This record gives sequence, structure tokens and C-alpha cells, in this order.
Amino acid sequence: MRWFWIDRFVEFESGSHAKAVKNVTLAEEHLHDHFPGFPVMPGSLMLEGMAQTGGILLGEKNGFNEIVILAKVPQVTFHSWACPGDTLTYTAKLMDVRPEGGVVECTAHVGERLVAEAEILFNHLDKSKAAGSAALDQKNFVFSMGLLSILDVGTAGDGSAAANS
Amino acid sequence: MPTEKEIYEKVREILVDALGADESECTMDATLMGDLGAESIDFLDIVFRLEKAFNVKIPRGELFPDNFAAADPNLTKDGSLTAAGIAELRKRLPHADVDKFAKDPKVENIQDLFTVGMIVKFMEAKLAAGT
Repeated sequence: MRWFWIDRFVEFESGSHAKAVKNVTLAEEHLHDHFPGFPVMPGSLMLEGMAQTGGILLGEKNGFNEIVILAKVPQVTFHSWACPGDTLTYTAKLMDVRPEGGVVECTAHVGERLVAEAEILFNHLDKSKAAGSAALDQKNFVFSMGLLSILDVGTAGDGSAAANS
Repeated sequence: MPTEKEIYEKVREILVDALGADESECTMDATLMGDLGAESIDFLDIVFRLEKAFNVKIPRGELFPDNFAAADPNLTKDGSLTAAGIAELRKRLPHADVDKFAKDPKVENIQDLFTVGMIVKFMEAKLAAGT
């Protein structure tokens, strides 16, 4: 299984905020067990989608030179369900960026309906301790599979269209 | 410039948020790791919330020094801090109760220095200095 819990970025403002969408589909194996007869997107996977949205927003701020890892979720609240056929929109706002890591506030909506919200804390992994491949994998995660389109919708910190890299 | 009581109340609220601790547990002497169950990841969360609540900047290592013992081999010997180590600790953590620590200066006891009171004293000094 490929661990992509967002499908595409639809808005990306470097260093500020980003929106990504995730389409919930009956082709996702786990929905048939979660729950039988009542398929709903698991909260943990919505949290992962919010973390991926926020983590990439944070990572991009540092040009993906740091390895960004999910460290702590101080707060998360689930308000309603997301069902097959729904398009979840994750909105992440960058609240703090520092050498050690960063904090994002995220919401998940289906249309106007608020599904979940979370505060997520990320750490930058100490590269001297991390295996060499971890950093490369994060860059690959973002730049493969058409997530690359973040650069098409993105604006760089100074408001200009983000350059392709 | 807020009073010590006002600072303490803000710090206590932050620790309740960050650590899920009970207000009543967060006495001035309560240790973050021993009494309140904090882990290293919580330190970053606490620093972030302190910055936001008090509108200051807290650079890395100023409140919670990283890897204190590992940095310099002269600072420790056989699992305890040497005199040089204790002096360095006083320099880096003027807001902590190093005298109490010096009675049994084992490296593993360093974490007991991190109390609610230490954070309050740190914020008092920082706000007074206006940095």
C-alpha cells in the first residue's frame, strides 16, 4: 500500500497555508471493515491527511532540506463523518516554523461541513542521526505522483508563481 | 510587567494544555517529567505555547538545554556532573534550582531541574529583560 492520504494540492501559499483534497472511494479496502454496512473514512487517516498537508507545507518552507516528522498532536476533534463519494478538503495553516520543527493548524471539510480539526506539531529530524535515505524519500514523496502539481498552484514567499524545480 | 502569580497562572494553563495535566498537579515544585509526565517532544510544544502566550522569542536551548551532558566530556564523570559540569549548568540554567541538584549531581537527575517553578522564574527574568 502506498501511504498517500492526500490526492492533490489545490492551493499552496509558501510559508502560509495550503489546501489539499482527498477523495473518499469505495475502492479503499479498509472502508469495508470500517464499518461493515456503514463505510466512513477513519479518523486516523484523516489525521494523516491533515499531517501530510501540513507537513509538506512546513517542509517546502525549508526547501525540503529538513526531514519533517509528525511528533505530537496536541489537539484533534472529529465533528462529523466523511463517506465514500465525499471529497475531503484539508486546509493547513502554518503557525510556527523554527529550526527544531513547526506547528500547523488544520481543518478537514466536506464542502462547507466541518469534519475534523487538529493542531499538529512536527519535528525536524537530526540528519546526523537519520539514515541517508529518509530525506530523499520525503522529496520523492512530494515530487512524484502528480503531487508535483503543488508547484503549479503554488505561490512563493514573495507572491510570484513558484518555480518548477 | 505581570506579577509572579499572573505568570504562574499562564504557565499552569499552558502545562494543562500541553501535558493534559490537572491544574492541581502543577505546583511550583512539580517536575515536568517526573510529576507531570512530560516527554521530550512536549518541551517543544511548551516553548511554542510560552512564546505565543507571553509574546517573546525563546531560542533553542535557552529554556531546556539540549544534550547537556553529551556535549562536553569534561562535564561528567561516571554518570555524575563534575564541578565544571555543575558550573556550566548554573550558567546555562540561571533560572533552575541547581543547589538542590548539586547534592546528588547524577546526569539522570538533570530532568528533575525542570519544574513548573523553573519555567515561571525563566519567564519572569525574560519579561523583565524585555527580550
